[in-house]
Amino acid sequence: MRNIAAEVAVIGAGSAGLCAACQAAGAGAKVLVLDENRLPGGQLFKQIHKFFGSSEHQAGVRGYEIGKSLLDKAAASGAEILLESVVYGLRSDRTLGVVRRGEHFTVEAKKVVIATGAVENYLPFEGSTLPGVMGAGAAQTMINVNRVLPGRKVVMVGSGNVGLIVSYQLMQAGADVVLLCDAAEKIGGYGVHAGKIRRAGVPIALSTTVVKAEGDGEVSSVTLAKVDGRFQPVAGTEFTVGADTVCLAVGLSPMTELAWMAGCEFTFLPAFGGHVPIHGDDMQTTLEGVYAAGDITGVEEASTAMEEGNLAGVSAAAALGYLSETEAEERTARIRNRLDGLRSGPFGIGRKKLKDAQVLAMREFKREGEDSL
Amino acid sequence: MGTLRIENHPVLGPAQAGRTVVITLDGQPLEAVEGEPVAAALAAAGIRAFRTTAVRSEPRGIFCAIGRCTDCMMVVDGVPNTRVCVTPVREGMKLERQHGLAPVRKPGDPA
Repeated sequence: MRNIAAEVAVIGAGSAGLCAACQAAGAGAKVLVLDENRLPGGQLFKQIHKFFGSSEHQAGVRGYEIGKSLLDKAAASGAEILLESVVYGLRSDRTLGVVRRGEHFTVEAKKVVIATGAVENYLPFEGSTLPGVMGAGAAQTMINVNRVLPGRKVVMVGSGNVGLIVSYQLMQAGADVVLLCDAAEKIGGYGVHAGKIRRAGVPIALSTTVVKAEGDGEVSSVTLAKVDGRFQPVAGTEFTVGADTVCLAVGLSPMTELAWMAGCEFTFLPAFGGHVPIHGDDMQTTLEGVYAAGDITGVEEASTAMEEGNLAGVSAAAALGYLSETEAEERTARIRNRLDGLRSGPFGIGRKKLKDAQVLAMREFKREGEDSL
Repeated sequence: MGTLRIENHPVLGPAQAGRTVVITLDGQPLEAVEGEPVAAALAAAGIRAFRTTAVRSEPRGIFCAIGRCTDCMMVVDGVPNTRVCVTPVREGMKLERQHGLAPVRKPGDPA
């Protein structure tokens, strides 16, 4: 079997992976980025809304524009991007198993950055496997990338930012969002996004969940009900709406398979999507030379994923000797500053606390290791 | 009813003009845009059930649209278990709805 040697192997050419590649290759490292898709950019190209934050976080710029400039930067950095390449294995010695167009090969890397992102959660209910029930991200891909409506009348389940933003984008694409529901009693996402869809006339049903989707071979009606304090449907409160599509915006889970396989230590942070690899300030996991960045370390946003990717790329390049200690420190201080900016405010501060917990877990892991010596 | 294709978009502008080609679904001809995902071509034609399950013969269609979930598998040009959400349309492509689990292709089998 063919083997490719790389100084830095980056798994995933999305927000985090491309930034890691730019930083490491920009510093002089030989970088190989592997992605299973036919096109790089991860989920950035379906984000047609303007990003939040300050100007240094590219606020006001639409996601796909950030994606385009990131691809230009990656091309200029000299990083090699290998597409249609599925990384199916990762060992603690930083050997990757890859299959590309039927050919199997290995990659032996001095440093690995796992930037595999996250996958949408599923919500089981009667009829939830009928065609027409799909992830909100799937609907977003269909309308903004493929330019095809997945349906005309949509029920959106979930009032987090994904549910709110995709609802608005479905309307921009010409669909009718008949209702948005959330089992929680409060809207999960930003008020500005909720306001936009409210003004467009979409009813938001809180403490309400979908109990049933029905139809002859595909969805044609959706039954919802109020939920009690333990999120159980309350009998007698059911109501049915006509809809051909149900979009599930019920959170994401970090795509951690490779980190588990390699033997990274994990911590459980439900608000971050579940089990996430613990990592230090430099994004290095408990495995020497294996870094993680972006949604795999806890589901946040593209902007934070990019900065985590930057951190991992700088750390890997510094560890390989491409950046002096001072240069690396200066760069990481700037990136951390921007990350702190993104993890502030009423929504961000909770994520900042979770990140601190993750880094603390890393310190404890290291201390235990020293104690056992 | 109008088309399901989004020809004009308030943010993204007009759709890029692609070459229209003919593919077939279970023998029936269907217009599609070259290079778009097969799943998009089917969705644009209002087709939502791509396969049926092995035990209960329940229909399945698009769920994740990014190649993760395998709900959209079809037989494409004779190759079963093909995720059509990440398979680009080629002229003359033959699609078949897949029923149940198809055997995994072995080396040497026709592609």
